[in-house]
Amino acid sequence: MFPGIPMLNYDVVVIGGGPAGMAAAARAKELGLNVLLLDENDYLGGILPQCIHPGFGLHYFREELTGPEFAARLAKRLVELGVEYRTAARVMEIRNYSDLEKVVIFTSPSGAYQAWAKAVIYAAGARERHAFEIGIVGDRVAGVYTAGEAQTLMDIYGVLPGKEIVIVGSGDVGLIMARRFALEGAKVKAVIELMPYPGGLARNVMILRDFDIPLYLSHKVVEVRGKGRVERVKVVKVDENLNEIPGSEFWIEADALIISAGLVPSVKKLTAIGVEIDPSTGGPVVNDRLETSVPGVFAAGNALLINDLVDYVAEQGELAAEGAKEFIENGGIESRKWIRVEKGENVRLLAPHRLSGERDVYLYLRVARPMEDVELRIPEVGKRVKLSLATPAEMLRVKLKAEEIRDAEKLTVEVVRE
Amino acid sequence: MKTKVAIIGAGISGASIARVLSRYENLEVHLIEKAPDVGWGVSKANTALIHGGYDDDPERYPMRAKLCIRGNRLWHQWVKELEIPHIWNGALIVATKDDDFDELEKLLERGRKNGVPEMRLVDREELFHLEPNLTPEAIGALWVPIVGQIGPIPAVIAITENAVANGVKTHLETEVTGIKVENGEVKGVETNNGFIEADIVINAAGLYADRIARMAGIDYFEIHPRKGEYWLFDEGLPGPRRVLFPTPTPISKGIVVTTEVSGHLMIGPNAQDLPPEEKEDLSTTREGLEEVWEGAKKLWPQLPPRSKVIRTFAGLRPEPTGGDFIIKAEEEVGGFINVAGIRSPGLTSAPAIAHEVAGIIERDLGVKLVEKEKWNPYRKEISHLFMMSPEGVNEAVKRNPSYGKVVCRCNNVSEGDVLEAIERMKFIGVKTPSVDSVKFRTKATTGTCQGSFCRPKIVMLLAREYGVEPWKVTLKGRGSEIGVGDVKALLRGDA
Repeated sequence: MFPGIPMLNYDVVVIGGGPAGMAAAARAKELGLNVLLLDENDYLGGILPQCIHPGFGLHYFREELTGPEFAARLAKRLVELGVEYRTAARVMEIRNYSDLEKVVIFTSPSGAYQAWAKAVIYAAGARERHAFEIGIVGDRVAGVYTAGEAQTLMDIYGVLPGKEIVIVGSGDVGLIMARRFALEGAKVKAVIELMPYPGGLARNVMILRDFDIPLYLSHKVVEVRGKGRVERVKVVKVDENLNEIPGSEFWIEADALIISAGLVPSVKKLTAIGVEIDPSTGGPVVNDRLETSVPGVFAAGNALLINDLVDYVAEQGELAAEGAKEFIENGGIESRKWIRVEKGENVRLLAPHRLSGERDVYLYLRVARPMEDVELRIPEVGKRVKLSLATPAEMLRVKLKAEEIRDAEKLTVEVVRE
Repeated sequence: MKTKVAIIGAGISGASIARVLSRYENLEVHLIEKAPDVGWGVSKANTALIHGGYDDDPERYPMRAKLCIRGNRLWHQWVKELEIPHIWNGALIVATKDDDFDELEKLLERGRKNGVPEMRLVDREELFHLEPNLTPEAIGALWVPIVGQIGPIPAVIAITENAVANGVKTHLETEVTGIKVENGEVKGVETNNGFIEADIVINAAGLYADRIARMAGIDYFEIHPRKGEYWLFDEGLPGPRRVLFPTPTPISKGIVVTTEVSGHLMIGPNAQDLPPEEKEDLSTTREGLEEVWEGAKKLWPQLPPRSKVIRTFAGLRPEPTGGDFIIKAEEEVGGFINVAGIRSPGLTSAPAIAHEVAGIIERDLGVKLVEKEKWNPYRKEISHLFMMSPEGVNEAVKRNPSYGKVVCRCNNVSEGDVLEAIERMKFIGVKTPSVDSVKFRTKATTGTCQGSFCRPKIVMLLAREYGVEPWKVTLKGRGSEIGVGDVKALLRGDA
């Protein structure tokens, strides 16, 4: 199809060498599939090698690891299994010729290749929302970075982006970067959070107290000013409807503004082949094999939905590999009457979206607002799970057994007070 | 003996003049710029249009009326010779009420007077054929097929590279502090980097042209900045095929809706007059951006959601006293030529301005211009991975494996592209490594993620190629350093 560029043949091509992709490739190999893993960075691990803090792996490896350690373990498994992988390899295009014929065009320092496969596992991760996207106006200056970019600068390249820091967003990434800067001797002058509650896991919110960092809830950064670098940022208070309160503006002097305003699944290569996207997750609509609306294309990790724990990301990678195995073996996943999963009261997003009812499945979901002493309910099948606390920061993961959902046509998931 | 020419300002006007003058055997051309790279002033942020030459009143603004259409015609040639990214997609000046046709008729008439026969009124049916997703309020339009769009800074870069290849000397990060005039004749230019001797001084200093003119004792005009703000949306969102203008009012050409050269929907500008001293105020404002949003909606009601905005920015246009371009040899100071007040349509007019200046040198300053036997009109664009076929990539990696390695994932910019950009920067004399210099040459950092993935990689490549510490690499010149030191700098106490 692409004369003049080398043709490679596999059962599965895995796109993305982060935790989801590595776990997918390893599992696929274990299942006897001929697999190629592609990653655009010079190293495997995705974002993990720059996450030098602990807190990874409690579920997946049953011990607490740092990001680089977690990545190294998965990479070691890949090497031991003899998985073929290429780094510095960037996917330019996926083409879907038929259910069992897909081609992944990628470029690398040794040139461009066409890798043919029966299935593709897409684990390309997410990108961060940046300052322009959240409506910050003012001067265009050095010192405005997304949290991930600041982390790359610090923990991959050894560059300190600033010494007087304002952080936008109190999600886990923002809080961890607040600590990171504080540990390097920088003054973290404020963490600014739009919502009336912190966005991160409780253990990360503790960081603010540990390092005496002021948290401004119900506030937003609206403007950044400076000549060459950031000199000051303008903050304004918002009311319960997130509308700015006139007259509440104040300035904070700083030389760096770190934006940690959430992640967006990277799905451009998927939408280009017509994969259906769920507007609430930003990732593809998938079934319980994590297969997208394009047969034989699977998704896992943050490209599927934004996860809070890397353990779930790796778990999704393995599940996608199992889906690919079944797909290849049976010449496709049998189309069946899927059980639709729908968002009910206080559920902001969830995946997977369609269940076969033939196997146990983990449902991943996030609530819309924090609530204590709640119950997750699926009225159609009478399922009830008690939860002492549900916050938007924490992804809920619920196991549904095949026998309890098998006969349902539809499941409505709600998280409501007991 | 060669006649020494100093051009102040390496924007679109200064660079174009340098290129045109590089053709002559008996001129020694020096291009002086205070910024670290070319095209970073007025040329940087504008609507990037090659206008149709129909809307400047030849009675009131004879220079603008004459040079705009001439410039348009020259650009058709220059973009080919210099491989400048461009698109000739035409413009529609849209009427939404019956009265608008009076104005459109006037423009049509004026266009004919200015030498633009290729324009006509179209009815509603044809209008929607040309632009199916326009506001349903539209009832007709003036259709100007010769309108186009280019990359303005890529254009300045291309022109400068060509000028340098033809012998022009650049002096970047060189700020003019005085003009030496003796017995009513210019003798040269004083700068922070020493004295540059010159027989002819051309003031193409954009927003600062009034200040430079005053250094030569000429003070009959003032330049004030007029700010325009813009929104730029992510790629792949539906935008117009043509450049869409509303029917103009006496104050403004109105807010344009267009799909710019790189394929992004762009809206803007508004117009806000700033006092003459605020020549560095490139800040965006919420009020200004809202004004643009509301204005654009009138032509293009289906604006994407705000979450699809990847960038907002502001540009300044130099508004001169009187409103017309000031392009002339000043009689009281021999050898001093003003190219001042190059507001819109300055980008369009630039090649024509350059030829006008060559004419002034010959006619008014009496320098007989002698063409070089060999002058190279061509310049090759740098390699872009995003323009290569897979086979092309394989050819390129044989030369250098870095052409196969992607740095900017949103725009598919390779490490090879970046290294070539750095080579080109050095070729025209860029001394301070900056991410913006790479950005304007490669498009890296201008995509959906706005550089959060690739900027650190570009910083490391710049640091290596320029032999500086990574944190000393700048975003856009001195004072905009990427970092404050290595990660342990604060703990050691040296940052």
